[in-house]
Amino acid sequence: MVIYFSQRDVVIPGQLLAKGMYRLGDNVYRIGQSIYATTIGLAELRDNTVNVIPLKGCYVPHVGDLVIGLVVDVSLTSWTVDIASPYTALLQVNDAFSKPIDPLKENLRKYFDVGDYIVANVIAFDKTRDPLLSTKEPPCGKIEKGTVVEISPTKIPRLIGKRGSMISIIRKELSCQIMAGRNGRIWVYSKNPSYEEIAVKVIKKIEQEAHVAGLTDRVKEMIRRLRR
Amino acid sequence: MLVRKEVKPLRLIDEDGLRTDGRRVDELRNIKIDVGVLKNADGSCYLEIGRNKVMAAVYGPREVHPRHLALPDRAILRCRYHMVPFSVLERKSPNPTRREIELSKVIREALEPALFLEYFPRTTIDVYIEILQADGGTRTAGISAAAVALADAGIPMRDLVTAIAVGKADGHIILDLNDLEDKYGEADMPVAMMPNLGSITLLQADGEFTPEEFKEALNLAMKGIREVYAKQREALRRRYLKVREEVEGSV
Repeated sequence: MVIYFSQRDVVIPGQLLAKGMYRLGDNVYRIGQSIYATTIGLAELRDNTVNVIPLKGCYVPHVGDLVIGLVVDVSLTSWTVDIASPYTALLQVNDAFSKPIDPLKENLRKYFDVGDYIVANVIAFDKTRDPLLSTKEPPCGKIEKGTVVEISPTKIPRLIGKRGSMISIIRKELSCQIMAGRNGRIWVYSKNPSYEEIAVKVIKKIEQEAHVAGLTDRVKEMIRRLRR
Repeated sequence: MLVRKEVKPLRLIDEDGLRTDGRRVDELRNIKIDVGVLKNADGSCYLEIGRNKVMAAVYGPREVHPRHLALPDRAILRCRYHMVPFSVLERKSPNPTRREIELSKVIREALEPALFLEYFPRTTIDVYIEILQADGGTRTAGISAAAVALADAGIPMRDLVTAIAVGKADGHIILDLNDLEDKYGEADMPVAMMPNLGSITLLQADGEFTPEEFKEALNLAMKGIREVYAKQREALRRRYLKVREEVEGSV
């Protein structure tokens, strides 16, 4: 039972993290007794589990995730949606709205057209088939106003913070609406356009400094400075 | 750099035991590694070793085009090793040569065991290696750069891959051959390894070694690989520690 890193150290793939009967968290693997990191990230030991918080990486869909997608194609009965992932998603008509729509009588472009951003839930995905989306439940649907910012999907947990602490700071201090998709796209809207701009800057800063301690205080300070 | 005419040296190792560029037999050339140099790539790396200059870019995992190449149970790895026309003294045609096509395959096979390709079925990971300036040992420089770029892209890996060449010149076993030693020496053996796991992913050899010489050469290669690995590791960590330092410095 030996640990070869200090808490929240930057580790690289193949780095030996620990030896012994630790449990495996995310982004680590085991050969015999030795535990190694698989991605560049921050190493952590919590409750006997060795874990690496990734600093880079792509978005892999999970059922139940809220994502923000970009409509790239419209077919007779479905929309093809880019969800900033290696897998493009599909939104079928019967998963889009609670009211029944007859695709023979109506043009689907009336609802979502190419270039529209939509908020959606992932309802099915198993890596053998492309993910399916649904826009039935709120807050899903077409994005009509505000800005969509794109950051690395690995930084989304940091943006949200512990029990939503970080995101609620932005929401309160800048009195804006904000929704973070698991795929790294974030929607912000504020009645005051300059606050929207500040929110975008703050989100970019969080992405940049996600791995540096004391981020919450720096974010607060930054908002205060920019609001003046 | 001045364009110099190549002259065949009288000997590769002089009476002081120094090589044509002044190195000792077990010495590497200077290495410089920069991570994340390309904005549009998912991961990238610029590597210099002596007069070699290599740029590696990684894209992916992403959708495979053409579609029929995709595998249902894992990602595919595609690799391109390419020398730019101005990388050598005489202009090289930009078309992929027989040599470049073969090296692309060999490099792909050197990198493949390090990746968890089964994590991303039906996708592709594309690696582009451009040799901007060549002076012997570009395939090994390319592998080392590509491994750093893959790690920078956040692709799950068992270990980094590090490569270096060893060889024989004037009867001595030498580390990290330059162009002259490659051309006029007696043997050349590029080696790629996953240094933490101790497994070799590439071993080629050109020329003749006795079994003893082979062992000595392989041990020397492992020593070189440890040194290059330290540089790779430092470059990757520096990318993120730099942000940390800037922030902590400004407080």
